[in-house]
Amino acid sequence: MCEENIIICRCEDITLKEIRELINKGYTTVEEIKRITRAGMGPCQGKTCGLLIAKEISKMTNKPMEEIDLQNIRPPYGGVKFEEILTDRL
Amino acid sequence: MKNKANFVIIGGGVVGLSIAYNLAKRGIKDIVLIEKSYLGSGATGRCGAGVRQQWGTKQNCLLAKESMKVFENFKDILQIKRDIELKQKGYLLLAYSAKELEQFKKNLEVQHSLNIPSVLLTPQQAKEMVPDLNIENLVGAAFCPKDGHANPFQVTFGYAEASQQLGVEINKFTEVIDIKTRNNKILGVQTNKGFIETQKVIVAAGGWTQEIAKMVGIDLPIFSERHEILVTETVKKILDPMLMSFSYNIYCQQTPEGSFIMGYGPEGEPPSYNMDSSWEFLEIMSKKATFLLPPLKNIRIIRQWAGLYNMSPDKQPIVSKIDQMEDFYVACGFSGHGFMLAPALGVLMADIVTESELTYDVVLDIGRFERGEIIAEPSVV
Ligand SMILES: Cc1cc2nc3c(=O)[nH]c(=O)nc-3n(C[C@H](O)[C@H](O)[C@H](O)COP(=O)(O)OP(=O)(O)OC[C@H]3O[C@@H](n4cnc5c(N)ncnc54)[C@H](O)[C@@H]3O)c2cc1C
Repeated sequence: MCEENIIICRCEDITLKEIRELINKGYTTVEEIKRITRAGMGPCQGKTCGLLIAKEISKMTNKPMEEIDLQNIRPPYGGVKFEEILTDRL
Repeated sequence: MKNKANFVIIGGGVVGLSIAYNLAKRGIKDIVLIEKSYLGSGATGRCGAGVRQQWGTKQNCLLAKESMKVFENFKDILQIKRDIELKQKGYLLLAYSAKELEQFKKNLEVQHSLNIPSVLLTPQQAKEMVPDLNIENLVGAAFCPKDGHANPFQVTFGYAEASQQLGVEINKFTEVIDIKTRNNKILGVQTNKGFIETQKVIVAAGGWTQEIAKMVGIDLPIFSERHEILVTETVKKILDPMLMSFSYNIYCQQTPEGSFIMGYGPEGEPPSYNMDSSWEFLEIMSKKATFLLPPLKNIRIIRQWAGLYNMSPDKQPIVSKIDQMEDFYVACGFSGHGFMLAPALGVLMADIVTESELTYDVVLDIGRFERGEIIAEPSVV
């Protein structure tokens, strides 16, 4: 399949082609690619694309997967509504 | 990495890169910038990225206005192709007491003396602008249509690309671990990847600037403090301007893709380098946010994080030469508004190192604290 049609980040609609272009430009960490493309910033917070991007970096830079850092996982660990946290009024 | 440089800049945040660009643009050769992680990994990549010209002191208004001109023409000025996603839908500052409104009126006079197009609004006019705004307790508001928001990563990477086009060498994932000196002169910078011989060092290391100054035996009057922030899922547009209240201590905006970004100034937070997230923040933020904009109740928070404010004694930037060490300069103490001033701060640092007359009529040197020329800004969160 053509790399333009392979979606790596479904939340932000980022293709394999875009990821490869950035790696070629020297952005060889998941954190940098996330910040340039927004891949991993959507509702799933990179649970799918994080690993796919890391694998692509590993392949293209010939670095073992263990040496590629994944993105930071931040709270809350799933989307929570403000209402669910709200205890009382201001 | 070069092992010799004319200037070494420490810190790859928006300020370090703006300085690198402005120095290179003045024709200074052999500049090397060192960043311990990726570009924008410090406060820059963690900030709310709000850009406002509604300040209470003349110099902040001036610096913000000059910086806005750069944001507005970023691609052309820097000659790069990057879109910084500038949104100019204004900042709506909310007043909850007569005293606060009085202060806004005074600030407006200062702003108008520099032709900043801000206006005063009634609570009803504020509600027309933001129909979902809860106007309970509101007595008035100030609004500047030219204020807004820009993508901090794109601005940082933009300055980086423009600097590189002008010959600056940028070394990411390289940490400065020591600065060698002899008789108040710099000999070079020791990094974890090698030594760079240089006589001139500019520190723009954000929350870590005071640690780097200690390497040359200088104590800076600044400290770092954790500020937390969160982002929601993207939803349909309900908020055009950035909302900000000093009384309720909150800022909140909706970015062009539709997510809300919001934060507040922590109370009683001790100085530290702590960048962990806390549950208290979510709890307090949810009260503040849903008070201001009730429909937020049903929107999901997807991520929270924290960054460091680097605080100075008068909450104003320090952009200065340091007299105790030859050719040692610092740009720090931005106290929560360094992103929006970065374009102008880079110009000022270039003036200082080239010993030119300052482009802007401002006092940001470190000597002001000793001279007692502290300029207190009334409008900070
Ligand atoms: C939550 C939050 C919200 C904010 N909101 C706004 C806002 O709405 N508008 C606004 O204008 N400002 C805002 N700010 C402030 C703004 O982010 C900062 O003032 C600005 O980003 C400072 O830029 P800088 O380049 O000086 O620092 P930083 O971006 O912190 O850059 C410093 C860099 O130096 C590097 N470094 C440190 N030590 C070393 C070393 N030993 N060797 C090599 N590199 C090193 C760091 O890794 C870092 O990348 C906010 C800040 C926070 C935390």
